[in-house]
Amino acid sequence: MNSKEKIASTQAEGEELLENKVMIEVKNLTKKFNGFTAVDHISFDVKESEIFGLLGPNGAGKTTIIRMLSTLTRPTEGTASIGGYDIVKQDNKVRQLIGLVSEKMIMYDRLTAEENLRFFGKLYNIPKNTLNQRIDELLELVQLGKWKDSKVGTFSTGMRQRMNVIRALLNMPKVLFLDEPTLGLDPQSTVEVREFIKKINRENQTTIILTTHMMTEADRLCDRIGIIDHGKISTLDTSTNLKKLVSGGDTTVLKLEIPNLTKKMVAAIQALDCVKSVSQENAAHLKIHATGNEAFDSIIDAARANKAKINSVENLQPTLEDVFLYITGREVRDKADNKIAMPNRRHFRPKQRIR
Amino acid sequence: MIRMGAKTMISHSLRIAWKDLMELFRNRMGLVLLILMPIFMMTMVGFIYPSETSLNSVPIALVNEDAGFGNYSLSSTFIMTLNSINENTGMITITDASNLDDVREMIQTGDAEGGIIISSDFTSNIMSGKQGTVTIVTDESNPQMSAMIQAVLGQVFEQMGTMLAQQNVQGLGVDANTSLAVVKPYNVQTKGSIEGEFSYFDFIAPGIMAMTVMMSVMTGLPAAISQEREVGTLDGMMVAPINRLSVILGKTLAQMARGILQGTLILVLAVTLFGVTVHGNILLVFALLLLGVFSFVGLGVVLTSFAKDQETAVMMMTTIMFPMMFLSGVFFPVEQMPWFMQSISKVLPLTYVADALRKVMVLGADIPAITTELSILIVFGVVMTAIAVPVFKRAMTR
Repeated sequence: MNSKEKIASTQAEGEELLENKVMIEVKNLTKKFNGFTAVDHISFDVKESEIFGLLGPNGAGKTTIIRMLSTLTRPTEGTASIGGYDIVKQDNKVRQLIGLVSEKMIMYDRLTAEENLRFFGKLYNIPKNTLNQRIDELLELVQLGKWKDSKVGTFSTGMRQRMNVIRALLNMPKVLFLDEPTLGLDPQSTVEVREFIKKINRENQTTIILTTHMMTEADRLCDRIGIIDHGKISTLDTSTNLKKLVSGGDTTVLKLEIPNLTKKMVAAIQALDCVKSVSQENAAHLKIHATGNEAFDSIIDAARANKAKINSVENLQPTLEDVFLYITGREVRDKADNKIAMPNRRHFRPKQRIR
Repeated sequence: MIRMGAKTMISHSLRIAWKDLMELFRNRMGLVLLILMPIFMMTMVGFIYPSETSLNSVPIALVNEDAGFGNYSLSSTFIMTLNSINENTGMITITDASNLDDVREMIQTGDAEGGIIISSDFTSNIMSGKQGTVTIVTDESNPQMSAMIQAVLGQVFEQMGTMLAQQNVQGLGVDANTSLAVVKPYNVQTKGSIEGEFSYFDFIAPGIMAMTVMMSVMTGLPAAISQEREVGTLDGMMVAPINRLSVILGKTLAQMARGILQGTLILVLAVTLFGVTVHGNILLVFALLLLGVFSFVGLGVVLTSFAKDQETAVMMMTTIMFPMMFLSGVFFPVEQMPWFMQSISKVLPLTYVADALRKVMVLGADIPAITTELSILIVFGVVMTAIAVPVFKRAMTR
């Protein structure tokens, strides 16, 4: 009941921003692998020409959602449609509409850039002349024109990823799925790929769904962001609204630099009533989410009482990182290295979290 | 509409097959191995199982110590007969030596594989009613050689004896033409169902050809598909609006081309290097190979669908290929096996491919002569494909 209201409200907000029609409709989509639920009854809509981000740690179920929507995996339960076509019953219609940039490079190392694109293009029955022209255009678009006849195996990671993206654009898809498009790229290539994604969206009105575990990426690219944790969408909103969740009200985000940081100090700070979460960023830095007017004083007092030598205190503007921490009670990392136990998780979570 | 669908499916399959072959030909190392494998296979099997005719020009040292009897020497008749028999078979090359020590030294240095010594009293003993002695010096490390020399000597003495007896009966007034029938009334001849010599290699070559082609497709197909799945490129094909079957069909075509290439290579080697002659229709040989692949491919596809990664796929294939290799009568005749193995052999498609191929290549059989094998293979193929198609479709959208 609660969850439906939540979705309805986010939809209403979305429509204020974009008055486009719904391109992707997901209802109770679920995927189970041998009893393990990877995706758990998720529902959301994506409008035409929107950039929609799925943000979450590794193993949250992002890739499985993408694979289901791109017809590569069948859902165990629930339905979804793209451009009005059902992803299971009308899968070949859906395939005409979509392009997929997978986490793995979809490319044959022993073939040249052109041969690769021609091979995949032919699978879409694109007429020969149109295809040749499109291959040249796309290669030029990502500055790979002069590498046309080189084998993809000799390309750098950045070049390969650019190839990977244009491969998905061969059929001029209405919907483009990008699964971790900047994973493993250097900062320069990352920026290039992001700019390119924006450009495609702007110029072709392509609807884009991208997954990422990087907050900055989601923040820069996406119109709306769905935060995914344990196979569920816990929150779905625009980046700005998500941040308001944290900074709104009386939340304070503090960054303390304490060179002589001890476990005892961390425990003492965590024990405070006003503190919602503490994360230790490195040997000397603590990031603290707290509420209430007294929060600042109490934290400093608790630290000083434990003989902490405080070098600096920063009052931070919330980032998406903080939003994630605030919503899920933990950082965006692999589940395995989630070391610091979060106290009082249930204290604030239920309101935001869709279960 | 359906015909259109079939047409695009075929064209997509050809695209995929062409892409696979292009990848194959760009892989130099793989290509070299692809060609080396059948060459190794053929030369190994060919030389490990030598046919009798393959023993030729074995160097033998000959010591003639015979002093003769007056001016009459039987040893020269002996050497003459030996030479005339050898002219036909070409099995040995004779080198002269002076004495036993000389022969031993030659064997040790490898200049000779064995020796024959005619004793000094050879002629005199025979003429005086005693036995003439011929000693064979053998290399103990090579028992096969000693057996061969004994067989040759046996022939020489038999022929000499026959000649002597013929002379004797001719002396009794029998004419030269019938003298042989009087001395040796029985003559045993071996004849196969076809003309010409039939060696072990003739038996084994069709089987090896069938096996290589099958093995190529059987191991190649699951490996190729699971490799693409692992690398991620399979998703690229699956996300395109193509029939799922084009992927499997295209891959099969590529593997088939690879297998047939190897099969042809084997055939060429068998004919040029080991003197195998194809008695039947060569087109029928290739048609049989293709039918063989068809009967197998379903099994390969089913296994592909179950294998999670390339390693598992290859291991699965090897596990199945090994018993199939030995039980399908490729190397050993099925009739030699115990009954339970014979029954296993009867359910292996390779048995029928090898059988039919052997009949066509060695016996020159045509289609009516191999209808049993053909129908079994077709049934096998249809049943396996009927199982494989839905299994594969399911596995692709797990």
